[in-house]
Formats: sequence, C-alpha cells, structure tokens
Amino acid sequence: MNETYRAFAEFAQTWGLLYFVGIFLCVLVYALSPKRKREFDEAARLPLSED
Amino acid sequence: MAQPGSGTVTSGGASKKLSFGEGGMAGVMALLTILSITVAAKAFTAEYAFHAYLFALGAIVTLFAVINNYVDRPATLPPLEIDGKPNYNFAPVKFATIAALFWGIAGFLVGVVIAFQLAFPMLNFDLPWIAFGRLRPLHTSAVIFAFGGNVLLATSFYVVQRTCRARLAGYLAPWFVVLGYNFFIVIAGTGYLLGITQSKEYAEPEWYADLWLTVVWVTYFLVFLATIWRRKEPHIYVANWFYLAFIVTIAVLHLGNNATIPVSLFSPKSYIVWSGVQDAMVQWWYGHNAVGFFLTAGFLAIMYYFIPKRVNRPVYSYRLSIIHFWALIFLYIWAGPHHLHYTALPDWAQTLGMTFSIMLWMPSWGGMINGLMTLSGAWDKLRTDPVVRMMVVSVAFYGMSTFEGPMMSVKAVNSLSHYTDWTIGHVHSGALGWVAYISFGAIYCLVPWLWNKREVYSLKLVNWHFWISTLGIVFYISSMWVAGILQGLMWRAYTSLGFLEYSFIETVEAMHPFYVIRAIGGVLFLAGALLMAFNIWMTIREPEAEEAGDRLAPAMAPAQ
Repeated sequence: MNETYRAFAEFAQTWGLLYFVGIFLCVLVYALSPKRKREFDEAARLPLSED
Repeated sequence: MAQPGSGTVTSGGASKKLSFGEGGMAGVMALLTILSITVAAKAFTAEYAFHAYLFALGAIVTLFAVINNYVDRPATLPPLEIDGKPNYNFAPVKFATIAALFWGIAGFLVGVVIAFQLAFPMLNFDLPWIAFGRLRPLHTSAVIFAFGGNVLLATSFYVVQRTCRARLAGYLAPWFVVLGYNFFIVIAGTGYLLGITQSKEYAEPEWYADLWLTVVWVTYFLVFLATIWRRKEPHIYVANWFYLAFIVTIAVLHLGNNATIPVSLFSPKSYIVWSGVQDAMVQWWYGHNAVGFFLTAGFLAIMYYFIPKRVNRPVYSYRLSIIHFWALIFLYIWAGPHHLHYTALPDWAQTLGMTFSIMLWMPSWGGMINGLMTLSGAWDKLRTDPVVRMMVVSVAFYGMSTFEGPMMSVKAVNSLSHYTDWTIGHVHSGALGWVAYISFGAIYCLVPWLWNKREVYSLKLVNWHFWISTLGIVFYISSMWVAGILQGLMWRAYTSLGFLEYSFIETVEAMHPFYVIRAIGGVLFLAGALLMAFNIWMTIREPEAEEAGDRLAPAMAPAQ
C-alpha cells in the first residue's frame, strides 16, 4: 500500500506536473500566436453583431 | 420572437406523428408514476412518502402536459430557421428568468430570517422545521442553486443560441431541463425543512434527489452541446466555454461527492462510499469547485456576454479571455484542501491547496481586468447607466473577494480566520457582490430583450436597487470582518497562567451587535431585490417595443 502510494505520488508530482505545464504552454501558444489575431478580434465582437 | 409551435406550418396534409422525445418522455413519466406510488406506499418514513407523492404528482402532470401539447401542436415541430434567420427558443429562458427572481427573493428572505435567529435565538421558536440548522441549508441552496442555478440556465440557454446563431436543440428537452431542475429545488428544499439531509455542505440533498438531478444535468449538457454542434458561427464564443466548463465540472463533482449507497429503495437515508479524511477531502474538492465552477465559471460566462453587449464594446482582450479560461480551469480544481487546514488531511495536501489558491490570484485578476477594461471608451456609461454600474461593481467585488480568498487560504491567516464569521463575510462579498450583482445586471438586460421591450420600466429604480443593496453588502461584510477577527482573537487568547481567557459563550455574546448589523444589511439587500421584482414585473407589462412606436430613448438616471 505504502509503495503503491509513493510510486503514484511520485509519478503525479513529476510527470503529472510536466503534463499540465505542457498543456498550458500549448494554450499560451494558441492564444498568443499572431496568426490568430484577426480571428480573435472578430470573436471579441461576436456578441455585438445582431442577426 | 417566435414561440415554439408558432412557426410557419404548411398544412400540406402532413399527418401528425408522436416524436421520439414525446413518446419517450410519456413512457418514462408513466413508469416514474408507478414507481413513485409504489415507493410512497412502502416508504419507511412519512417525509419520504411525501417526496414520493411529489414525484408521482410531477410525473403525472408532465405526462398530461406532453400529451396535451401533442394534441394541440401543429403537425410539424418548430423550424430551426424562419426566412434564413434562426428561430430562437426563448420560452424556457423566460421561465428560468422568472424562477430566478422568485427563488432569489425566497432565498434572501430565509437568509434574513436566519441572520435574525443568530442575533435573537428565541426566533427558532423551538420548532424543528424552522430551526437554524434546517433553514441554513435552505438559504444556501435557495440562493446558490435555485437563484444562481436558474440565472445560469436562463443566460446559458440565451447566450448559446445568440452566439451560435442557432435554435436551442431539442423540443421537450430544454423544458425538461428547466422544469426538472426546479423540481429538484422543491424536493431539496422541502427535504431540509422535514429533516432529510446527508449533512454535506452544499450537497445536502439525499440520494434520490441526487439521481434526479443527474438525469436533468446530463440532459442540460446534451442540449447545450447539441446547440453548439449546430452553430452557424464557426468560432465558439468564450462565454460558451465557461458555460461548458461549468456544466461538465458540476456533473463530475456531483457524481463524486454523492457516491452513496441507499439503505433501501424505501428509505431516504444513504451512506457515502468514502470514509474519514478521504470523505472530507472529496467533500471540499466538491465544495470549493462548486464555488469555482458554479459561482465563478458560470457567472464569468455572463460577464463575457452581457458586459460587452450592454456597453456595446468588444471584449477588451480576447486572448486574455482564453488564457483566463484555461488558467482558471487548471488551478481551481486543486484549491479545495484549504478548507481542511490543520485537520487530519496530510500536510502536503494542505500546502498544495494553499499554493494553488494563491496562484488563482492571477487568472482571477486577469479576468477582472478583462471585464473592467471592456468599458474602455465607454466609461461614461458607468455614470449614466445603473445596469452597467451594477455589473462593473460586481466585477470589482469579484476582484476583491478573489484577493481575500487566497489570503485566507494562507495557513497563518487561516489559523485566525478558520471557523469564524470572517469566512461568512468573505463568502457573502463574493455571493452578494459578485454573483448576485452580475445576475441582477444580466436580468435587467435580459428581460427587455426577451419580452421585446426597449428598456426596463425604470432605470431610476435600478439605481435605487443598486445603492440600497450596496449599502446592505457593506453592512454585511464589514460587520463580519470585525466579528470574525474578534472571534478568532478571543478564541486564541490565553491568560498569564496558560488558561483560555474567554469561555465559548463569552465569544458568542460578543458577536451580538455584529449579528444585528449583519441582519440589517440583509434586510437592505432583500429590499433592493423587491424593488427589482417590481421593476421587472412592470417591464413585462409595458407595451412591446414596436407597439410603443416612436417612443423616445429611455432617460438615463443621473449619477449620484
């Protein structure tokens, strides 16, 4: 039980951390990439355009 | 806006057919009726039998409503579009908006009652049904789940249709979600008064109510998702992301924290599968994420739609809103352990909860800045439009309480604040200042849009609502700060001989004046909400915008 717990905790504290940081970096790249500037500028106005 | 059933229908001899949804709903309701009556007949307690009869009644009424509607409706279901424009379905939105108003006032009223009970304990009248212990969960559930929940249902069903430019998915399903959710509220609330509870904060309803909510919630998720699926707009607007995160996470939390085994089908009592400190941790994983995803993510969605719409300005930084969203989602889910500082929970878990709570500062303030800066170029509206003022003050309260929360999660601060009224004050600066104000702002916007009116009946009354309830909030939170810190200091005071300086009852007596001030604050907040109800009632009764013809633009109330 203790061994399993330790192994699990160690995995979560190292690879789990890297995994989440990795995903978050992807989010930053997605949000900040200059390629999407136009798309996001349009999206920001989305509630304003009436149909 | 076209109502369901009023769409253009060609009577080209199309024979009317029972849809799958109608047939399924009728069948399920018939079975539920039989099951409920069986349970009612064999129930172990009278209270449980009462609930079983309520279920039977609800099922029978639904069955008749479905059949009646089938007989009356045209042969074809309402079209998705009329003349190339989306045929929005706003009837369930209207229902949830009115329900939110009703439950809001009920919840605030019960809050005022229990505030007076704390100041004057004789107001418990020695009656079990209205004792503080039963009314307190009634208050919390009424304001969070009944008021807040209906606001979220109404705004999410409105915003998802508008920003996707698509009709709400499903014919009966949206109604099932809205009515089924409110039925859950009735079961939960009457259960508390009758003494049915599983004693988990914010998760008091017993297993059968939880099961019912699960069915309703999964339907909610599917309706929301299917509406996004049929969107005409390629981009999924950020508010929908926040709504989706709220719906998905609440489903997961609800299932995890209510993993119970009932004693019997005929008993309301159940036992949780988790034990000891694990159960405590699961409870606060649930409890804090109810704050994070119900009271934050859902209402941030409201902020990201209604503030830009009302001030007619684009979101300040759409990029920031994406980072705000993901950072909030990543961090919030780990903050729960700060509710269990200095308990049997392992130290590292407490530290983890504290660390993540402090990190939450960043997305919270990022979101606050994004909401406030959306006003750039339209700051004058803060002076001229009391609805905008309400929403902006709400975002300011969001900033304040998301500053206070991380601070209180620091262990050293928590050793003073934990179990004191400071926590209650903190919760209410978030609940009254942030959640309720953004909801009020959204309702003031939504009602004229839904009922096709130019503007609310009286912006002057909105202004009064704003100032009366702001005063109420200030009374509430400042009295609770003083009470909480005083309480914490009295509890930890020692004499020179090492004895506790104050007995517990002395610390209770010292709270009396602050409890009275808090109760007055509550009365003011309730008064504001009553003004709002009157204003909304009059707005709905006003003539429609087109009929009003060349009416002048509404006069703005001056700043005061």
